[in-house]
Amino acid sequence: MKILCCVKRVPAPGAKINVTADGQDVDAAHLGFTTSPHEECAVEGAVQLIEEHGGEVTVLTLGTGDAEEQLRYAVSVGATHGVLVEADTNQWDPQRTAQAITAAIRELEGDEPFDLIMFGNESADAGGFQVGIRTAMALGRPIVQGIKGVEISDDTITARREIDGGFEVYELPRPAVLGIKEGLNLPRYPTMKGRLASKKVELNSITASAAEGGQARVKLHRPEETVSETVILGTGAEAAAAVVDVLDELGVL
Amino acid sequence: MSDFPTSAKVVVIGAGIVGNCLVGHLARLGWTDLVLLDKGPLPNPGGSTGHASNFIFPVDHNKEMALLGEQSANQYRDMNLSVDSGGIEVARTQERMDELQRRMTSAAAWGIEAHLLDPAQVKELVPFVNEDVILGGFYCPTVSVVDSLETGTVMRKEAIEKAGCQVFANTEVLDILTDDTPRPNGRRKVTGVVTDKGTIDAEYVVVACGVWSNQIAYMADTYIPLVPAVHQMADVGPLDVLAETNNEIGYPIVRDMDTFCYERQSAGSMEVGSYAHRPILHHPDEIPSNEEAALSPTEMPFTADDFDQQMEEAIELMDMLGDAEIKYAINGLLSLTPDAMPCLGELPDVENFWAASAVWVKEGPGMAQVVAEWMTHGYPRVIDSHGADVARFYDEEKSDEHIWARASEHFNKTYGIVHPAEQWESRRHLVEAPFKSRQEALGAEFFQARVWERPQWYTSNADLVERYGLEERCVEWDNRWWNPITVGEHLNLRENCGLIDLSAFQIFELEGPGAVEFADYLAVNKIDVPVGRSVYTPWLNQDGGFHSDLTMMRMAEDRVRIVTGVFDGGRDEFWVRKHMPNDGSVTFTNLTKQISTLGLWGPNAPAVLGQLTDHDLSHEGSPYGSYLPVTIAGVECHLFRISYVGDTGWEIYMPWDEAGTVFDAIMEAGKDHGLRITGGGVYSLSGRIEKGYRLMGAELESEYNPIEAGLARPKVKAADFIGKEAYLAAREAGAEVQCVTLIVDDNVDSHGNERFMQGGNEPILTLDGERIVDSHGRISRVTTAGYSPSLGKNLLMGYLPNELAVPGTKLQSMYMNELYPCTVVGSGSAFDPEDTRLKG
Repeated sequence: MKILCCVKRVPAPGAKINVTADGQDVDAAHLGFTTSPHEECAVEGAVQLIEEHGGEVTVLTLGTGDAEEQLRYAVSVGATHGVLVEADTNQWDPQRTAQAITAAIRELEGDEPFDLIMFGNESADAGGFQVGIRTAMALGRPIVQGIKGVEISDDTITARREIDGGFEVYELPRPAVLGIKEGLNLPRYPTMKGRLASKKVELNSITASAAEGGQARVKLHRPEETVSETVILGTGAEAAAAVVDVLDELGVL
Repeated sequence: MSDFPTSAKVVVIGAGIVGNCLVGHLARLGWTDLVLLDKGPLPNPGGSTGHASNFIFPVDHNKEMALLGEQSANQYRDMNLSVDSGGIEVARTQERMDELQRRMTSAAAWGIEAHLLDPAQVKELVPFVNEDVILGGFYCPTVSVVDSLETGTVMRKEAIEKAGCQVFANTEVLDILTDDTPRPNGRRKVTGVVTDKGTIDAEYVVVACGVWSNQIAYMADTYIPLVPAVHQMADVGPLDVLAETNNEIGYPIVRDMDTFCYERQSAGSMEVGSYAHRPILHHPDEIPSNEEAALSPTEMPFTADDFDQQMEEAIELMDMLGDAEIKYAINGLLSLTPDAMPCLGELPDVENFWAASAVWVKEGPGMAQVVAEWMTHGYPRVIDSHGADVARFYDEEKSDEHIWARASEHFNKTYGIVHPAEQWESRRHLVEAPFKSRQEALGAEFFQARVWERPQWYTSNADLVERYGLEERCVEWDNRWWNPITVGEHLNLRENCGLIDLSAFQIFELEGPGAVEFADYLAVNKIDVPVGRSVYTPWLNQDGGFHSDLTMMRMAEDRVRIVTGVFDGGRDEFWVRKHMPNDGSVTFTNLTKQISTLGLWGPNAPAVLGQLTDHDLSHEGSPYGSYLPVTIAGVECHLFRISYVGDTGWEIYMPWDEAGTVFDAIMEAGKDHGLRITGGGVYSLSGRIEKGYRLMGAELESEYNPIEAGLARPKVKAADFIGKEAYLAAREAGAEVQCVTLIVDDNVDSHGNERFMQGGNEPILTLDGERIVDSHGRISRVTTAGYSPSLGKNLLMGYLPNELAVPGTKLQSMYMNELYPCTVVGSGSAFDPEDTRLKG
């Protein structure tokens, strides 16, 4: 079985996210980078599938050379191959990204399509919800988003999606595309040996070519923070008077 | 609900292990009106304490670090927040095995149980170690793991209960307020702290905020020289063998010394920490805020590439780690200083502005106690802390360039094998004598004393090796940072004479109507002496222990010169400024870079100098201790008749800009008298130790007083001086110990090699191998070790209880974990005890 996981290198911020002076990006000067959480689950899911059924997992990302870090991370947790679709930035618009990824997939597949292509439901930074769907459409393959359960039988991929009060089950023919959501599984951490092995894996590099898409980023803006203050009124019985004061102030007594 | 205070006696900035313990210790010492601030939340505000590995290996070669580590470990134990896990330092190389012998020696000095293990014994204690990659281990059962966050909480609560300490988390310091009114002592005064919650007027402000400390110091236009540096750490697991212990820590911690890594159990997983990766330093501005940080501000994003090598080596030592998952990995920040020692004490530039910084968890409670005592008594009582005193730094050591270069250089030596005489590679030639070009032409091998370059020996004297039939030492360690030329220079000085560069002397002057009275207030011995006389004197701290040991010269009715050593210049200048009157009766000037000094000593010294001056150089015309103006080669100089090498001669003080002229004239005059340019190895070690001359920082520390050091005069002057009351009481009580010289009777080790003792702090033991400890807990240990060329023997200095300080007493000293027989010479000199040569 051949599975492809498409992942994106994104900053790993804290609670407060700073924006660069030009408003075009998250200020990552002091941040580490990670893979979008949905995609981490996709990679884990793919690795579990080949552990069960045999086969290979290829991980693909579009971006600069820095994104190799995420490819190697995926290899360190069990992916077989890594493919970097080289671009001048990690932030192409969804249309262009999908076009480049589609071209890369066609190049990788030749006559032998991936049985399953997994995307994250949306990226952790841009949150466009588009690349997986656009790629699937371009490849002419079925796609379901929001997936939190995947099983594979001979010709069929069964995917589960949570809905209010239950879940939906989709059966898709192979090859197909899924948009995975966090919660599909609990992704493993790399082992030390996995990390060291990933350093030795040769990554495949494809030059991305795609025309600019129709979506442009105007500016990122960080909304005003709502600061909530916690005041400890005291402990034990001694706090009672202060509690009464506050309740009184609130007019609930 | 508590209102934010507008004033406080003491504001402590930083609620990590140091700040919390500091308010606790201040409360114990009776302080009240304390405020503790941190910009982060409690109990873990996000500094280095929060991600510390929290273990204490008690053995350190450095006395301050070892004893404050022990003090800290005991405080953690007293709070029941400590577990003795044991710990093993494993060796992969023979060189490391030798170092472990040295560790055994230090363990014996400090009285810490330790055992050398073979690989099988290591495996018995830590079954998952691959014994094939190690040669042995150094096992210390009292290695402990502590709960530093809970300790901080307990100490903070104690301060709240005892002293009403007010604690404000999530409170950021925006500025430090100072009174900048010019004062004769050149110091400003701290007056308050501006925070985002309001301004607090404060009498004292203490910076205890670790990696952010220098940033806070900048707010008051001063420095706490440290830099945030990365220590990488990965938590890997789960590992069944660890989980089965049902314990936070069930196996001894393993330090894989030759790979600069450690493996420390943390419940079901293993923490692998490294000091092996490239130095990764950050400017404090680069540290994210609590809100911006993905984990905490000092748990920065892990740069995995830097850790791969360490992972391979960790797997080599413990195969099971290879299949364990890396659950958590950080670039943890900790504080590094230019000389790898902490920054404690009052900042020289700003009165009542204190540093308690660059302290790790392993020393936190002890060092907090040091600072609390220092603030209370004017001096830390628990231990002499000159090595950590923030006043030790010269201006050249405070720049970012210097801090970064030195921190980068010593980071990888955290687990390194560092020779006692090891020299820095970076940031050399910062301050040089005016004779530099002449010294280089003569083949000077420069050693650096803080920022000053001093020739240790000169290769132009290589012929002396043959003349005196000298040899290299057979063991590389003893030969390292040493050359037989230094012995040749010594013997030539004793036979003819030598000229030694002393330009690194730190020279200050006090001037004004109150100068002599103030000088007398600093010194034990009387400074109000006739003009032209000098006084060799201790300066004491308030408890009567040594603060300094130096010479003072009466230059004029209203002017006193102070000459002290290069390792003490910063501390001594601060001591003067701190205590000087601010009424304008005394001014202070630092003349160090205006006056250069040469030492000319040896039996031919008078004949050499006699060619250059008409001044009467006899003991009548130039008596011992006199400080007289003379003209040499047309240059106005001062001749100071004194000797730190035991032969007659002079220190010659001259204007910096004309020093070369004097140098050339003396060298020329000495041509027919066997004069050789001579290195500092003779001055600071071999010449000194033969004569038993004491050295500040070695024999002379705050734990000892002049009576014990053998430096007390028969009478005590009438004038008041710092420490007088304690000094009088000590004289009344008499000495319990005496500073003595010992001669090593046989220096051949068990392999048949002649050994030459290096360093210090090795234990002096009875013939039964027992440690010698006095009633104050002071340990008899080697304070200086050195070879005496004149006697052909190794000499040791140290303190012994009266009953053992008797000449002829047979004892043993340890060196590299072997015992050597030695004999007490007494409190005087091993060489020329009658000082006949001084009389020349």
